[in-house]
Amino acid sequence: MSVTTLPTAALAQRQPNWIVRLFDYKPFLIAMCLAPALGLLAVFLTYPLGLGVWLAFTDTTIGRRGIFVGFENFQYLLTDPLWWNAVFYSVFYTGVATFGKFALGFWLALLLNNHFPFKSLLRAIVLLPWIVPTVLSALAFWWIYDPQFSIISYLLVDVLHWRSTNIDFLGSPWPARFSLIAANIWRGIPFVAISLLAGLQTISPSLYEAAMLDGASAWQRFRYITFPMMMPILAIVMTFSIIFTFTDFQLVYAITRGGPVNSTHLLATLAFQRGIAGGELGEGAAIAVSMIPFLVFATLFSYFGLARRKWQQGEAND
Amino acid sequence: MTDTVAQTSTVADTKAPPDTMAWDSGLRRLMMIYLPLGCFVLILLFPFYWMAITSFKPNAELMNYKEHNPFWISSPTLAHIKHLLFNTSYPQWLKTTMMVAIGSTTLSLIASTLAAYAIERLRFRGSPYVGLGIYLAYLVPPSILFIPLATVVVQFGLFDSPIALILVYPTFLVPFCTWLLIGYFKSIPYELEECALVDGATRLQILRRITLPLAVPGLISAGIFSFTLSWNEFIYALAFIQSGANKTVPVAILTELVTGDVYQWGALMAGSLLGSLPVAIFYSLFVDYYVSSLTGAVKE
Repeated sequence: MSVTTLPTAALAQRQPNWIVRLFDYKPFLIAMCLAPALGLLAVFLTYPLGLGVWLAFTDTTIGRRGIFVGFENFQYLLTDPLWWNAVFYSVFYTGVATFGKFALGFWLALLLNNHFPFKSLLRAIVLLPWIVPTVLSALAFWWIYDPQFSIISYLLVDVLHWRSTNIDFLGSPWPARFSLIAANIWRGIPFVAISLLAGLQTISPSLYEAAMLDGASAWQRFRYITFPMMMPILAIVMTFSIIFTFTDFQLVYAITRGGPVNSTHLLATLAFQRGIAGGELGEGAAIAVSMIPFLVFATLFSYFGLARRKWQQGEAND
Repeated sequence: MTDTVAQTSTVADTKAPPDTMAWDSGLRRLMMIYLPLGCFVLILLFPFYWMAITSFKPNAELMNYKEHNPFWISSPTLAHIKHLLFNTSYPQWLKTTMMVAIGSTTLSLIASTLAAYAIERLRFRGSPYVGLGIYLAYLVPPSILFIPLATVVVQFGLFDSPIALILVYPTFLVPFCTWLLIGYFKSIPYELEECALVDGATRLQILRRITLPLAVPGLISAGIFSFTLSWNEFIYALAFIQSGANKTVPVAILTELVTGDVYQWGALMAGSLLGSLPVAIFYSLFVDYYVSSLTGAVKE
């Protein structure tokens, strides 16, 4: 419809106006179109990324320009037990939470891929934990993990009588670590489930029909059709999930702030504590920069690891 | 009960499998699908139920599980919400958050529409590389950037100003929106634009009158996604804003409402509930766009 109305509008504008002609000049138009996006990204993403690496090699503090100190910050971090602690917990947190999210998320996706009433309503409800601001749901978890009035303790102690004392969720290191991981899994399941559900829906039903004619069991259909077909999307979703779990900040900051006795610091919360709260920008930047090798490794591992398996299976099946 | 259902189904449908098998599959379906699905929904929604019920509970009930059933309220109260709205600057925080979310969403929508159009439709040498570069920008997490960004914000004289947030949020919104919109522009037939070009329309007219109207679903998806992401953002808002009045809701609840050793759980949960409602309402209005944008972006 709009096509038919165009000629008259175009004729009206067709005066030899140099601005109009300039905007019709392709290189200029391309530059103008890309300028806002690339400008924003250059000033607030690329430049800070470079600046962050530079800061990591200086002793800058808030209010004082630093001087270049070489690898001093990193040497200090290598001798700092808190940094090693944060590295350990970041890796542990990412590993366990990613495993949990994908196991449960894949299961939920498979469940949602069945036909039942109110399917779209259920799909909408399931996504809620991912929509709501993380800090706010983290506060709800903080309250759920309360030492005295935890609803989980109430259920286990007063309703089910499985325990005699309340669980001290956040008071000692290991329970606190696992409580945070549980909250992270809770928040991550919807994203994984809905993304994988989209992948499941692209698998052609004829594959399953063919397999059923050949007498494949439900497990075999999952193992030899669903799983290989899901590999590419699994690789992408997992890459994203690992990156954003490893660099998670909100959940830990909201629930424990790194405590008890610094046992739940992730690298991001440690960087915040040293860099912004403590004012040691150089050291904070060094901690942030120390995340980059882990991220690159995790990305390459999950992306190429999964992609290669898919390629091998593709070869074998052809 | 399942037995009778199975029988009626066999009577109604002559092609249905034998009786025992139908019963078996009905029970099986219940155990394998509905039961786990029910557990998932229960666990995924419980924190919200708990949040909601805590915000309407009087303090006496909140701290006494022996006499009151904690899963229900015997005498609901609006005291926590009243405290929040009249004794704290909660309305001010809501206003700031709304302003930041709308500002950064508008900015990133404009920037990413133009960028996506240039990359997908103006087709120049190296356009795939520009697209890839923007995509890679999405993989840079805010946790790495916030310390140097804080110094950049100070250099620009924007520290403690919501404008800093409006300018910084596009760093994670633009890559996402651009990729979403590239996907949408791809689905619009190129012939439409060629027709307009033959009729003598300029490139900008084509963008405004043909491409954009056809990409409205994509724009809506990108818009709601950006709005939610900027509403939920935490680490930049925590690092760049100092004064109480300029804080966004997630930061303000955590830093201003958590005071002393006795946590006011009622007020905290009421604040969380009110802070989640705008996104939840927004989300429920556009669920389909939301799901399609989430899955579309992953599939790209």
